[in-house]
Amino acid sequence: MRYIEQQTVVKRMNGRLIANAIFKYIFLAATLLALLALVILLYRIVSQGAGNLSIDFLTNFASRFPDQAGIKAALVGSLWLMMVVAPTSIILGVGSAIYLEEYAKQNRITSFIRMNISNLAGVPSVVFGLLGLTIFVRAMALGNSILAAGFTMSLLILPVIIVAAQEAIRAVPGELRDASYGMGATKWQTIVNIILPAAIPGILTGSILALSRAIGETAPLIVIGVPVIIQFLPEGVMDTFTALPMQIYDWSSRPQQEFQAVAAAGIIVLMAVLLSMNSIAVIIRNKFDKRY
Amino acid sequence: MRPSVQEMIAQSRGKRNKKVIEKIIPIILFLIASVSVLTSIGIVLTLIFETITFFTRVPFFDFITGTTWLPFSNNEAQFGIWPLIIGTLKITVIAIIVAVPIGISAAIYLSEYASENVRRVIKPVLEVLAGVPTIVYGFFALTFVTPVLQAVFPEIKIFNAISPGIVVGIMIIPMIASLSEDAMSSVPKSIREGALAMGSTKFEVAWKITIPAALSGIVASIVLAISRAIGETMIVSLAAGSTPRFDGDFTGSIQTMTAYIVQVSKGDAGYGTTIYYSIYAVGFTLFLFTMAMNILASYVSKRFREEY
Amino acid sequence: MTTIITNKSASGTEADQTGKKAVYETKQLNLWYGSNHALKNIDLEIMENEVTAIIGPSGCGKSTFIKTLNRMVELVPSVKTSGEILYRGRNIFDNDYGVEELRTRVGMVFQKPNPFPKSIYDNVAYGPRIHGIKKKKILDEIVEKSLRGAAIWEEVKDRLNENAYSISGGQQQRICIARALAIEPDVILMDEPTSALDPISTLKVEELVQELKKDYSIIIVTHNMQQAARISDKTAFFLNGEVIEFDYTDTIFSNPSDKRTEDYISGRFG
Repeated sequence: MRYIEQQTVVKRMNGRLIANAIFKYIFLAATLLALLALVILLYRIVSQGAGNLSIDFLTNFASRFPDQAGIKAALVGSLWLMMVVAPTSIILGVGSAIYLEEYAKQNRITSFIRMNISNLAGVPSVVFGLLGLTIFVRAMALGNSILAAGFTMSLLILPVIIVAAQEAIRAVPGELRDASYGMGATKWQTIVNIILPAAIPGILTGSILALSRAIGETAPLIVIGVPVIIQFLPEGVMDTFTALPMQIYDWSSRPQQEFQAVAAAGIIVLMAVLLSMNSIAVIIRNKFDKRY
Repeated sequence: MRPSVQEMIAQSRGKRNKKVIEKIIPIILFLIASVSVLTSIGIVLTLIFETITFFTRVPFFDFITGTTWLPFSNNEAQFGIWPLIIGTLKITVIAIIVAVPIGISAAIYLSEYASENVRRVIKPVLEVLAGVPTIVYGFFALTFVTPVLQAVFPEIKIFNAISPGIVVGIMIIPMIASLSEDAMSSVPKSIREGALAMGSTKFEVAWKITIPAALSGIVASIVLAISRAIGETMIVSLAAGSTPRFDGDFTGSIQTMTAYIVQVSKGDAGYGTTIYYSIYAVGFTLFLFTMAMNILASYVSKRFREEY
Repeated sequence: MTTIITNKSASGTEADQTGKKAVYETKQLNLWYGSNHALKNIDLEIMENEVTAIIGPSGCGKSTFIKTLNRMVELVPSVKTSGEILYRGRNIFDNDYGVEELRTRVGMVFQKPNPFPKSIYDNVAYGPRIHGIKKKKILDEIVEKSLRGAAIWEEVKDRLNENAYSISGGQQQRICIARALAIEPDVILMDEPTSALDPISTLKVEELVQELKKDYSIIIVTHNMQQAARISDKTAFFLNGEVIEFDYTDTIFSNPSDKRTEDYISGRFG
């Protein structure tokens, strides 16, 4: 007697094929549902906010009247914030990555640092806000200044930059290192002249994506007490300021319907900033892909 | 005739302080790398110290067993954490109900069915979805999802748990999808081909081969997504309301741990008041919840990792 | 540094009958990767201005040996060595002997062409620059001389500012040789330099090696016995981390004294 009857197999085949087809479309539909959510979200925001976009909107300060409200202080404030966050987080992130990839010995301290970085990445942003409030705003008496907010945001995105920079450094072929050491170069010469130049596209891409996360973060700013109604532009890093997501949050939480349209216009500005940052990251990634 | 290169090298060697640089640089870099450790220590110490101060004013036992959260009451302030935990859990449950089926379906579709071209379109879109700031999701929940839900179910209030729950779910879909897809794609092609060669359909391969083999990665992605949902702040601050409650109602205003911290930070609870310290106690509780989830995720993915 | 230059000009102690001096002497050299004993009691004497070929089946330790000569092998964690390697009479494992100094005297060419993702000019100028030579005029001179020395000047002289990855693999390998020549080393170590190249490029590199031996001492690892026979003066046969036989190449290939050498070169294994 045969264990497998070809006839039965053929008979059952139909059902299996139908199940396969049905599930394929279920999976596809689920995927499309996620994409649809993005489409609706973007459509809603554009249709709500586009009417409020104007030059005035970009050049006016915040106002009690929806039709006069502008985003100038928040836009400039966010740029100031980035001027603190970008150098701080990139220097700390790339420095840590170089240490971990090139210098760290395989010992307990190193694996502790690694584990710590991955845990830090999972801490909610609002908790970073509490850290910033205690250490930067109060203990170091920086108040709700650009510097205090910038340091808080830098620590928040630090794990992301470290991991991106580590990957970029790891992707530099070992043969290049060998070639440099083989010429009698020291470790630091090799890092500065060979490894970092080769890793810079990856580091930049990762850093820009991390910075775009920082520019959209709201919760830590609220916790450290960044104000909303600001009628002047900051002149230095010790000045108080407001930022795009703060302004959007304030408008969204107002009861008047008109302010929702203003909030949507603010979101368009924020998304435009994010989109341009992401495009730069993608361009860098594509330009330098596959060089070896 | 110029001197030989080796002679020039020998000359310049005397002038330069390579050795000192090579000694100092690793120390500087180590100090930089320790910033991340100091950050963690800073977070933990900050939370512990301020929480201890809080517990000198509010009994620890009342905090962890209390079912009434009434911080702003002038004469009868009560700090029982459970209403905030319940609020957080309501959001998390809805988010997971939304995100797990969609996220994992998308992962299966991408890793088992989609052609390279389709993947090249869908993956960047998922990345965009992951990059949308949470404040934007919050606005979307408040101004679109809630009104739509109200049109269908009139009993839903303007602030409720369902709308922000759904939107938090949308927010964590990319996380589940991409981490699960990573886990599924790392199942070796040869195993899949073995099954296909015996006449399995793609669905059978996915269901009987890929998913079981990638299960630890899939579970870890869900646990990490739960951690994100617990810590999500802006969506719930905008759309869930600020009513701490200890019940099973999803249709009315609630409050999560994160939203409470925001509510206090926005207001003018002065430095040194019990309310001020309460945000650290709540933040500490939140921190413990997310940390537990993160540790669980890394335990699952390490402990149950398949070896190929 | 100066002592080494004097050593070179002074009459060496180890001169063979042709009046040549030894560049390298290894004495009871042993090497372990963790618990794996990769080199066993190696005693070799390598003469200047000769091409010394190292042959043997894969895994016999020939690559490990050549990387030990400039201490590149120490980049692998958990490497342990014992014994001595005398370079121009001085033990390279001495504590006060900097690896950078050693590698400045001993150039290396690798298996796969590994130019830096920089211009051809910057590749060749890399060595002189990191060792403190900054003057543009001198660098120009060194770059041209090195590229001529590697017989590739004519092919690339009009595209010195192009990325080194824009040229063919064979040309890349000669750029890497030029890069090694730029610091005018004493010895050039070549680790299977033609294994990734096509036959025509291989031929060019082989001719180049013949040319270079006038000015440099060359130690070349090869898995290709014909190549060893074509270009080397002396050949060492490695097996399982030991030197089975070391002699003039003619002798090794025509009249080997060890049965295992004979089996290997007649293609019975490996």
